[in-house]
This record gives sequence, C-alpha cells and structure tokens, in this order.
Amino acid sequence: MAKLKIEDLRRIKESKKGTVNLREGVYRAKVTVHMGTCGIAAGARTVMNTLMTAIGEKKTDDVILTSSGCAGLCSQEPMMTVEVEGLSPVKYVYLDEEKTMKIFREHVIGGKPVAEYAITMGSETTY
Amino acid sequence: MEDLSLHLLDIVENTTAAGATLVEIYVRQDSEKNRLSITVRDNGRGMDLDMLARVRDPFTTTRTTRRVGLGIPLLEQACHEAEGHLDIMSEPGSGTEVTAIFRVNHIDCKPLADIGLTLVTLIAGNPDIDFKYESNIDGDKITMDTREIKTELDGIDIADPEVLALIRNLFQKRRVNSSRHTAGGQINGEIED
Repeated sequence: MAKLKIEDLRRIKESKKGTVNLREGVYRAKVTVHMGTCGIAAGARTVMNTLMTAIGEKKTDDVILTSSGCAGLCSQEPMMTVEVEGLSPVKYVYLDEEKTMKIFREHVIGGKPVAEYAITMGSETTY
Repeated sequence: MEDLSLHLLDIVENTTAAGATLVEIYVRQDSEKNRLSITVRDNGRGMDLDMLARVRDPFTTTRTTRRVGLGIPLLEQACHEAEGHLDIMSEPGSGTEVTAIFRVNHIDCKPLADIGLTLVTLIAGNPDIDFKYESNIDGDKITMDTREIKTELDGIDIADPEVLALIRNLFQKRRVNSSRHTAGGQINGEIED
C-alpha cells in the first residue's frame, strides 16, 4: 500500500514554519489555467505541469497557480490568464510548454507581458 | 482525450463546478476479470431526473452551470470503445457518482497513464476541495486523502511544490509497472459489474 508518510509531511511543515500561506491573499501574481474539456483535450494539463515544475524549481514564493473552467474560446486552447499586481490581466492562447515557460519567465516573474502570445490585453477577467 | 487520466481530470473538473467540497476517486483494475473501473463520487449539488436523462447528450449544455458538455459523452465513448459502459447516479442535493467501466485488455481501451499528474493538477488547481483517492491496480494499492494531508500540514498550502512532489512520488512505481496491458488476458471475457 503506497501512502504518504506523515514524517515527510511534518518535515515540510517544519521547513515552511514562519512562511506565509499565499492563498490568504498575499500573492504578487496569479496564474489561472483554463481546464474545461476543451482545454484538457488540447493540453492544459501539460501547461499546468510546466507551471508547477517552474514554480518548484524557481522556488518562487509569491505566485499562486489555480485552474478554472472553459472560457468560451475552445478553439484557442490551451489558455491561461496571468494576473500580476499592478498590471492588467492577460489571457494567453494556443499554449505549449515552450510558450508557457517564456510567459512564466517574462511576465509572471519579470512583469513584462508577452504580447505575441496574448489574445488581447487590457480588459480580461478570470472565469 | 489521449488517455484515461485526462478523462478523469475532466470529469473531476465537472464535480468542482457542481459545488463539491469532497471528491472521492476509486480506480480498480482486475486483469483476471478483464475489468477496469474508475469511480468519481462528489458531494456537489447533484442532478434531477430530467438533467440525468440529458447529461449524456453532447448537445445538452447549460453554460451557466457547466455541469454538462462534452466531458461525459467523450468518457462514455471511451467506455463503449472498450466494450464497457458508463453509470451515472445522482440526486439533487446528494451529489453525483459516475463510474466508467472498461474491458481492460480490449485493444481500444485507453491506458490509465499519468493518474498522479492528474491528481496533483486537481489539488493545485482546487486547493479548497478535498480529494480522496484509492486505487487497486491488480493488487498494487495507492491511497491518499487531502484531509489527512491538510491536518498534518497545519496551515501550509497543500499546493506547495514539495507536497505535490510527495503526492506524485506515490505513483512513480505504478507508472513504471503499468506499461499497458498484460498479454494473454481473456479477450472474450465478460465484464463483471
């Protein structure tokens, strides 16, 4: 029976002592991957995995990752919406691993939106 | 969808849209009985008889609730392709249970593939929802419950990369071992419920 070991969880808990839980609203950037049927079929899980790995490797402590449903633009999936503090949210379309990494580096971390992969800029909301 | 782990991700995303706070996932494979079943049970708002009758129809879609669409029809198609079937039980107010059954050594049975990635994707994307997961792949058992994990973490975000890595690790062994179907199964075996 494979099961998580309590001591592993306790070790993580100890190592994070004193850090803030980002879900409590103290994040600088939020990335939402659109995970409708359309998104999943087009590769949204790969996008999510790329971001989870990038956040883990970079050890970023001010970015939260979340998922949402179909945004109604199924033909342009996989999509994600990036919200960085002080900037307008940007919706990115036709994503793959490479584009996701570029957006992560330049927009999520660097604060500079990647216009070439954005569907539009200035009036986006998260669904 | 390329594999069953993606179907699973899709079906569970439906349950979160139905307002579920707890999602239970059971995967059972019994190659001797030539049977694979995936059950997803939620405590969401459920469906009435009318919706239940229409939920398999891909052209029935209520955009406002997002409870239906192509997810169920595509999963049912995957079941049918592997001589299986899809059961849906639901009642308003008491959640929904979806069970997908496959003949596991059917040539058109999609592989389970990366269930661990599906699970961490669900947890990372929906940290406020609890997930209970149990699988038994020909005796190889994996169990996980985010309620227990959250209790141990005591306020630390469950979507923390280190926690997600631990959860994925649970599946590493199984992923290596489950390289598609076992040879010489009962091609004409009946699927037992």
